[in-house]
Amino acid sequence: MSTAQTPLRKVRGLGSSHSGTGHFWHERVTAVALIPLSLWFAYVMLGLVGTSEVTALQFLAHPWNALLMGAFVCFTLWHTYLGLQVVVDDYIHTAGMKIFLLFVIRFSVLATGATCLFAIVRIAAL
Amino acid sequence: MADNPQRPLAHPRPLSPHMTIYRWPVTMMTSITHRFTGVGLAVGAVILAWWLVSISNGPEGWQSFHAVSDTPLGLLVLFGLTWSLIYHFLNGVRHLAWDLGYGFDKRLAERNSVMIFALSIIAALAVFAAAWTGHGGYLR
Repeated sequence: MSTAQTPLRKVRGLGSSHSGTGHFWHERVTAVALIPLSLWFAYVMLGLVGTSEVTALQFLAHPWNALLMGAFVCFTLWHTYLGLQVVVDDYIHTAGMKIFLLFVIRFSVLATGATCLFAIVRIAAL
Repeated sequence: MADNPQRPLAHPRPLSPHMTIYRWPVTMMTSITHRFTGVGLAVGAVILAWWLVSISNGPEGWQSFHAVSDTPLGLLVLFGLTWSLIYHFLNGVRHLAWDLGYGFDKRLAERNSVMIFALSIIAALAVFAAAWTGHGGYLR
């Protein structure tokens, strides 16, 4: 049977969305990564309740803690981006508004992530 | 010439009654709550950024964050975020189980839906109770 698809396109199997199952899969990968990271985050938040900025600074300045907080922030915001994108896909049906909101979400998530990472590096360097 | 399928109809076709007419099963509640808490946690991520920046700004920064977070409204927001994180975590694990093909039995899904609601509220209250009774702050 004749087809308009090139063999490469067929082999990649990405379908009409052009991204295949990528979105679904990344959402799951980040979710699995966030299981241990959220437990660690909850442990840290409760452990810092009622302490001073010195305690928080010293804790986050430790390389392992800075690394874990950085990983928590990255996976959280990646997962957030994918999730908010689905919300827009589900409820917004006009192309212009959809593109606008996806821009806003992407910029907000990137700005939040950059701010977090900069603060973590700054704390570690203090 | 054929009508443009994109053109809005002069008389919209009747829609089958859906959200407004059926009794909401508990699984529908857990589904929309998962989305609701997810959007809430997106706002929480911005608050986390603010918290981290406030720490990096030294004692004045820390105080400026606590001047807001220690108010009744601030505590309410923190409690909402605590519950949201616990709920999204528990229901997220259930979603991963579904992705693996487990837990599609109707009765089972209804039962663990109720359990997730109950557990998430109890756990959030437990976290705040631990903080208030001085069981937090162990990283000092």
